[in-house]
Amino acid sequence: MALNENPSADPAGAPASADPDKAVLKTTRRDFLKAGGMLSMSSLMGTAALMTQSGDAHAAVEWAEHFQKNYRLMTAEEKAEAKARLERRYSAEYGKQVTVDTTDAQPGVLMGYALNIRKCIGCRRCVHACVAENNQSRGKERAGEKIEWIQVLRMERGKFEAEKMNHGYPEGLGIQVGGNAYTPAGLVLEGQYHYNPEKVPEEDATYMPIACMQCEKPPCVKVCPVRTTYREPDGPVVIDYNWCIGCRMCMGACPYWARRLNVTNPVLPKEEMNPVTHYLGNRPRMRGVVEKCHWCLQRTRHGRYPACVEVCPVGARKFGNLLDPESEVSKILQRKNVFRLKAELNTFPKFFYFYD
Amino acid sequence: MLTSFVSDYVRYVLKGGTKFYAWMGSLAVLIVGMLYVFYLQNTDGLIVTGMTSQIHDGLYFANLVFLVGVAAGAVTIVFPAYGYHHEGMHKVAVLGEMLAITAVTMVMMFVFAHMGRPDRLWHMIPIIGIYNFPHSMLGWDVLVLNGYLMLNAICGFYYLWCKYTGNPINRKWFIPVVWIAIVWALSIHTVTAFLISTMPARPMWFHSMMPIRFITTAFAAGPALIILIFLIIRKNTKFWVDDSAIKLLTTIVTWCLGIAIFLTLSEVVVELYARTEHANGLYYLMFGLHGLTKLVPWFWSAVVLMVGAFILFLIPRFRNDFKLLTIPCTMAFAGIWIEKGMGLIVPGFIPTPIGEVTEYYPSFVEVLLTLGIWAFGFFILTILLKGAIGILLGDIKYGGAKAVAAK
Repeated sequence: MALNENPSADPAGAPASADPDKAVLKTTRRDFLKAGGMLSMSSLMGTAALMTQSGDAHAAVEWAEHFQKNYRLMTAEEKAEAKARLERRYSAEYGKQVTVDTTDAQPGVLMGYALNIRKCIGCRRCVHACVAENNQSRGKERAGEKIEWIQVLRMERGKFEAEKMNHGYPEGLGIQVGGNAYTPAGLVLEGQYHYNPEKVPEEDATYMPIACMQCEKPPCVKVCPVRTTYREPDGPVVIDYNWCIGCRMCMGACPYWARRLNVTNPVLPKEEMNPVTHYLGNRPRMRGVVEKCHWCLQRTRHGRYPACVEVCPVGARKFGNLLDPESEVSKILQRKNVFRLKAELNTFPKFFYFYD
Repeated sequence: MLTSFVSDYVRYVLKGGTKFYAWMGSLAVLIVGMLYVFYLQNTDGLIVTGMTSQIHDGLYFANLVFLVGVAAGAVTIVFPAYGYHHEGMHKVAVLGEMLAITAVTMVMMFVFAHMGRPDRLWHMIPIIGIYNFPHSMLGWDVLVLNGYLMLNAICGFYYLWCKYTGNPINRKWFIPVVWIAIVWALSIHTVTAFLISTMPARPMWFHSMMPIRFITTAFAAGPALIILIFLIIRKNTKFWVDDSAIKLLTTIVTWCLGIAIFLTLSEVVVELYARTEHANGLYYLMFGLHGLTKLVPWFWSAVVLMVGAFILFLIPRFRNDFKLLTIPCTMAFAGIWIEKGMGLIVPGFIPTPIGEVTEYYPSFVEVLLTLGIWAFGFFILTILLKGAIGILLGDIKYGGAKAVAAK
């Protein structure tokens, strides 16, 4: 599957970059000034660990990682150290030059997603593209070694049948109070997602792709005891994998089953590892932490589409800046009938479904 | 004085007969086993357990929830002792506090067992870490559990200290602290109920009946265990627990169990009458879903145990004959352990929020780790109770003769 070679589908409508050059410059200067006046214990420890070239460098790096702060509280200097540490460790581990991006959210950008549910053909290319792009664990030996962030739910097309007219309950006695002339039709959220058909779309099925909804009021963020998961200013809900304690409260709180636990050390073959990573995004995770979709921060913060949008062969997936009235997503919200999953829970997802 | 307290205490609790050493030795074997599987779990990861991304709370969380109840259950001794000046209870109030200390310690061990990254627990400690307060219910739980541990340690050991030295208790601060501990006991279990009942994503738990169900089951399971412990103490030590204390506890167990059964029945009626998709979890538990039925025997055995225990408690012969009393107490304890443990936690994840029906069953690692933590609990409970009883009996006394161990 050609993923990374494929440039952004529509350069004119480049999303998530209101004015990148200006924004990046501004943030960097502010952080630089802020960092100048700060010197913290953990940065000292980090530096010390980086300088400890004698002995096991890998262990020293991991040791320093144990003492780093929550990403959001790091000074620019500490972020740079954490980035350097990780790049060193990953490069050694995967035998290639790995970059860990720390680009911040850009002002004037609020990411949004829209999915044309009528167009989806259930090919699951988005699922595979996501796994390849975001360095998910892909082991086959033990259940739990395989992690996918997107599920394309395959749902049966139900129907009502004349032969079943007399079926009902109570069956066979007295006056029937209910009918059973149906086969379940359009049962939302009761589908299977590990199907593997020869041809898609299948005649007797409809498809419902689902992943993290990047809620505006994310229940997962509220329950996190250590604030390791939070909503970034440009929209996505992210996780600092180095701060996560693996308590799984967020997984219980998520109404969309968007979160996955690394039940073991992730299985990520060297040659398949994607070396272009973001600190809050697709950098390789570790055992015992939770992970989820982050709308490909490593791409979207640089004006590219998420991998799933790029790979979708029917153009069912749309992504863009909700604050820009000219973006594709904004236009969809203006003109189409859209709905959100489990809207009654007041999570206010930024992931919309629509049909035409 | 303090050093002599510690040395007298330690010397007393370490001495014992063959029975004592055999008991502690067999517990130690399980504890060593626990350490081994804990090592496995923290090198290979939670994959060695039965937990998955679909069902990510299992036996550990179930035991955690149950033991918070046992800890809170200690208040069924302390409250009658100080609130109603019940003489028999007052004599043994400190034993209830020792049980609370043990149960909270076990809860904390189950927290360690449950976590994916126990090495990062310090991230929760304020100042050096981040404490998501007041938003995170887990943050509240950590707060109230640690507070309860401290309150009970202070009350329990201050009382023992006074008995040891022969000084009078300073009621000016002791009584207020006891009362705080009594109210606090309710808070620990209420917050634990909130932990899971505040998630609309899990409809099986998302109802306001959860805290009161937790409290009633706790005040049935906790004292049921306490009765059993008291009967063992009466049989194996010189310390005499009054009949009146055991009788009052029996009454508390009976009616808390009765209310718990009533609440469960109410839930069954409400959920199954309407039979919405939100009832799928309960339906799975009671009858199975999509052909998956692993928990069905658990549920029905819990029903049999709880209802059976309730009926036996109502029969005078069973509640007055302390030999027979052990039967319904054990049944109630086991029934609630099932109903409130695995029976409550696991079906909350079935089906998942996107409708996937999977099953969970604890692995050997989980079973051994759980057994090990229970063994550790009994280990420290034995020590704490032995020390407390020694002091209450006057065997450990400041300036007294060298400690003489009880049998």
